[in-house]
Amino acid sequence: MTSQIAPAVVEQPRGLFGDAWHTLRRRPLFWVSVSLILLMLSLALFPGLFASGDPNLADLSRSRGAPSAEAWFGYDNQGYDIYTRVVYGARASIVVGLLATLGVVLVGASVGMLAGFYGGWLDAVVSRIADVFVGVPFVLGAIVILTTLNAGGDAGPVRIVAQVVLSISVLSWPVAMRIMRSTAIAAKQQDYVKAARALGASSVRIIGKHMLPNCIAPVLVYSTIALGAFIGAEATLSYLGIGLRQPVVSWGVMINSAKDYLRVAPHALLFPAGFLTATVLAFVMLGDAVREALDPKLR
Amino acid sequence: MSRARLVPAAVAVALAAAACGSADTPAASNTEAGITIFNTEPENPLVPGNTTEVGGSRVLDPLFTGLVEYRAEDAQPQNAMAESIDTTDSKVFTVKIKQGWLFHDGTPVTAKSFVDAWNWTAYGPNATQGASFFSQIDGFDAVHPKDPDGADGPQAPPAPTAETLSGLKVVDDHTFTITLSEAFAVFPVTIGYEVFSPLPESFFKDRMAFEKHPIGNGPFKYVSREVGANIKLTRNDDYQGTDKPKFKDLTLKVYQSRESAYADLVSNNLDFLEELPPNALAGRQYETDLGERVVQRETLNNQTIAFPLYLKPYDNVDLRRAISMAINREEITRVIFEGTRKPADGWVHPLMKGYQPGQCGEYCTFNPEKAKAALAKSGYTGEIVLLSNTDSGHTEWAEAVVNSIKNTLGIEARFAPSTSFGEFRQKVNAHEMTGMYRAGWIADYPSIENWLTPLYRTGSSSNDGGYSNPALDAKLAEADKAPSEEEAIELYLEAERMLAEDLPVLPLWTQNTIAGRSDRLKVANLDPFRTLDLYTVEVA
Amino acid sequence: MGRYVLRRLLQMVPVFLGTTFLIYALVWAVPGDPFEGKCGERDCPASYVAAMREKFNLDDPLIVQYGKYLLGLVQGDFGLTSSGVEVSTRIAAAFPVTVRLALVALLVEAVIGITAGVVSGLRNRGFLDSLVLVSTLFLISIPVFVTGYVVQLVFGLQLGWISPTVTTPTFGNLIVPGFVLASLSMAYVARLSRASISENRRADYVRTALAKGQPNHRVVGVHLLRNSLIPVVTFLGTDLGAFLGGAIVTEGIFNVPGVGGLVFRSILTKDGAMVTGVVTVLVLVYLLMTLLVDLLYAVLDPRIRYD
Repeated sequence: MTSQIAPAVVEQPRGLFGDAWHTLRRRPLFWVSVSLILLMLSLALFPGLFASGDPNLADLSRSRGAPSAEAWFGYDNQGYDIYTRVVYGARASIVVGLLATLGVVLVGASVGMLAGFYGGWLDAVVSRIADVFVGVPFVLGAIVILTTLNAGGDAGPVRIVAQVVLSISVLSWPVAMRIMRSTAIAAKQQDYVKAARALGASSVRIIGKHMLPNCIAPVLVYSTIALGAFIGAEATLSYLGIGLRQPVVSWGVMINSAKDYLRVAPHALLFPAGFLTATVLAFVMLGDAVREALDPKLR
Repeated sequence: MSRARLVPAAVAVALAAAACGSADTPAASNTEAGITIFNTEPENPLVPGNTTEVGGSRVLDPLFTGLVEYRAEDAQPQNAMAESIDTTDSKVFTVKIKQGWLFHDGTPVTAKSFVDAWNWTAYGPNATQGASFFSQIDGFDAVHPKDPDGADGPQAPPAPTAETLSGLKVVDDHTFTITLSEAFAVFPVTIGYEVFSPLPESFFKDRMAFEKHPIGNGPFKYVSREVGANIKLTRNDDYQGTDKPKFKDLTLKVYQSRESAYADLVSNNLDFLEELPPNALAGRQYETDLGERVVQRETLNNQTIAFPLYLKPYDNVDLRRAISMAINREEITRVIFEGTRKPADGWVHPLMKGYQPGQCGEYCTFNPEKAKAALAKSGYTGEIVLLSNTDSGHTEWAEAVVNSIKNTLGIEARFAPSTSFGEFRQKVNAHEMTGMYRAGWIADYPSIENWLTPLYRTGSSSNDGGYSNPALDAKLAEADKAPSEEEAIELYLEAERMLAEDLPVLPLWTQNTIAGRSDRLKVANLDPFRTLDLYTVEVA
Repeated sequence: MGRYVLRRLLQMVPVFLGTTFLIYALVWAVPGDPFEGKCGERDCPASYVAAMREKFNLDDPLIVQYGKYLLGLVQGDFGLTSSGVEVSTRIAAAFPVTVRLALVALLVEAVIGITAGVVSGLRNRGFLDSLVLVSTLFLISIPVFVTGYVVQLVFGLQLGWISPTVTTPTFGNLIVPGFVLASLSMAYVARLSRASISENRRADYVRTALAKGQPNHRVVGVHLLRNSLIPVVTFLGTDLGAFLGGAIVTEGIFNVPGVGGLVFRSILTKDGAMVTGVVTVLVLVYLLMTLLVDLLYAVLDPRIRYD
């Protein structure tokens, strides 16, 4: 999805990140997305501050109640308070996004760096393994993996979240790996790497000290956008009934349980979908802003 | 067509007269029309003995007519291909079949057609899904030996010592006898299920060809199949049965979901959908969408929660009572099911002959005070877990039940969904459930016995919770051998009352199925087995 | 070129084996017997389960099972589904529908995406540009199933403008699902072509052409567009590969009888042979598509040479 991000790093006299920060500070888009993200993060960290109710308290007698002063977002089919659940649902959605991004970036970037730096048979093997995972369409692959993992039956919240994170990471790391690999190949030819090698620096030092700081930018841009995409992916998988599920509350789970009642209780779907869209939007905007700042060609 | 109506003789005459009368006047309905109804892709080859799921049954049902059929109005069995089924001791049955019936390929239906088909289905190495339906016939163990270590075990089941059931004997072209291993008065009622259909000679000659083009003896014959898209049938104009369909072509269209089928039904692109999807039921949306086109009736299935009696704390009867009285069945059926379910007050289905209301008594009535008292008596304070498979939409009510228990009893209650029905079934069979679990029953045959014996007798095929009550076993055995139907029913009811004391399974609700038809169909009714009663269909 | 293609084809072999093995192992490794749930609320007869296990080689070690499967595959035998139909028959029935849907989506994506991108790229920072930027952001952020559901509900059920589900998969009937399927990629195409155009606008060759006094429309039409659309075309190529395999959600909502719905249903009904068969085909298609895209890239951009 994000393969069009051009992996481009151009040396800046003032340092790439300092320069980027300089540019970013003046972009309103950047500040809008950052404040949205901060809001969502605080929902995820301290849901109790925003909602006083119990997200797991359901009362059938108030089923599908419309939004009111008492319940700002109304009640869903089971009689859960939607506002409380949207607030508490932020955590699972964002945790899945963050963990999956972390997994993808850690695995993808390190493998990509190694493949790009050493080349040869290591590169060939890693690239073929990456091809294996990219060759399976994402949704299809995730369904197969999750159906297999889910069949274990009665699972706790940690395991449910871990399964979704795992399946997203397994299917997406090759993208980060490819970005990192091509950047690393380009960086390897640069003079500063040749100089370090001539001075007798070890491979570990060259990778850690010289190449990593110079190669990380494209992957960072990818990871911001991927974070948004993964939150959306979680919702899609939960919508299909194989992603997150009870007792985990997430926006995807809420959308899944509300989709049948769209015509009689649209608020049960619209509020979580709205939060979901806003969060994804915030990360995509942030990625946009960061990319523009990091890529001088786009300025 | 196994689940259709054959009317008692007197009524049949009246109907025949009516039919003659109406033939004089120009018929208002279009008898040459074709209709399209909902189906799912059959999961098994199209052979009656090997089909127990609905996608295949909807196709095979119109293609075959068995010995007995069930009346659409009250599910009572009526002779169809059988001329008579006689017995003196409920152990040996003499079946006489009607003469002059033909398979769709023109060969006659004889006693041998039945006996061969049943032998084939029951024979172990043929590995049919329907084999176990023949287990009451004498000699079943010889043709279908038990696998000593279960199906997944490494050992192959022992080879059968016989190829045919010793309990089946062809007397002449139109007579055969069935000997059971034990007396079983209800047996003639059970054989309306389509695994008991006859098969033509050609099946045994070339099974592959038959699967590609099934040949039956029913009111419809097979035309063509577009795998994954549709199956087409057409009326068998040589059909010998008393009832004849009032339309010509039947197309069973494969849908990926009932939601998309419903969208087609609303826009009149589909003629019949026998159970509307949840998004149509939500807020009774279907009433505005379909108006006059809603079709509904009470159908022969129920929903229950079964307890793993092998697992603590569910072996505690007070806890079971507390849970049962903490479930607000009335509210859940009203809110979650929009009134398409009816709270159950017993284990026997209300449509059954002999059904008596209120058999479960106060234990199946929502009562927070008594529930709390029972919980206190049980001394349990831990967590209650409800397990269910969710691949056919059980999430909503399971969550509501858990919430009802939690809110009433004030203890933790949790719903643990399982996404795979196969895995769920396997754990149920292996007695590995970690909580109480969803269960349900769809009648195999319409008899009060079918709602009790297979489920609650010690060691019965579907007694998955491990319930065992010698008094109940004795009562059921006594009822099986009762000389008259009335006495049998009385004994079965006594057995049912014993369940109320032990609550091995909680009755939740029975179903009032909501179906829908298109504008084109003037009449289309459901039968008690949740399928379209094809004989009632009239096209405008 | 020939050697490059050959090398790529050889590289595909391990990838193909790896992917199919992965899927095969996952599908059949599902805990719980795939045939236990086939008989409804009742237990399946043990003989039935045993025979089905035998039929699908489930009692062999995994690698032997896969070997047997592969052996059949090489001979063009995809095996039978559990309903006794040839897997290849079902794929042959479903695949053309998916191809049709993918082509419609591709067309929608290309026409709308490129137009929007080119228009906004030419007028940097204008109202139109901001409109395209904002609307594409939204398209990227809304999950496809929400778009699909809302379109079906509003246009199909409430307004009645379209048939809510696809009854016969003709090109005309697939326009609406095609739109939904393409919505996300459309946004990417728009942004990609916008970025490409605004980058190339300042390229030397454009300046040269303008300095030579060529008319504006010729500069844009001949020089700018041709060079800017190279990455877009390759993106479209990759996307076609993705459409062919990833339309599970869209096909489900609109009941399109294509491979997406087929494979989803097969996963749910534990029809392992069907799933592995479809995935095998999809992987093949995907691998060939990526090769084609790379070759296309070389054809379009003379600076790229494969040796």
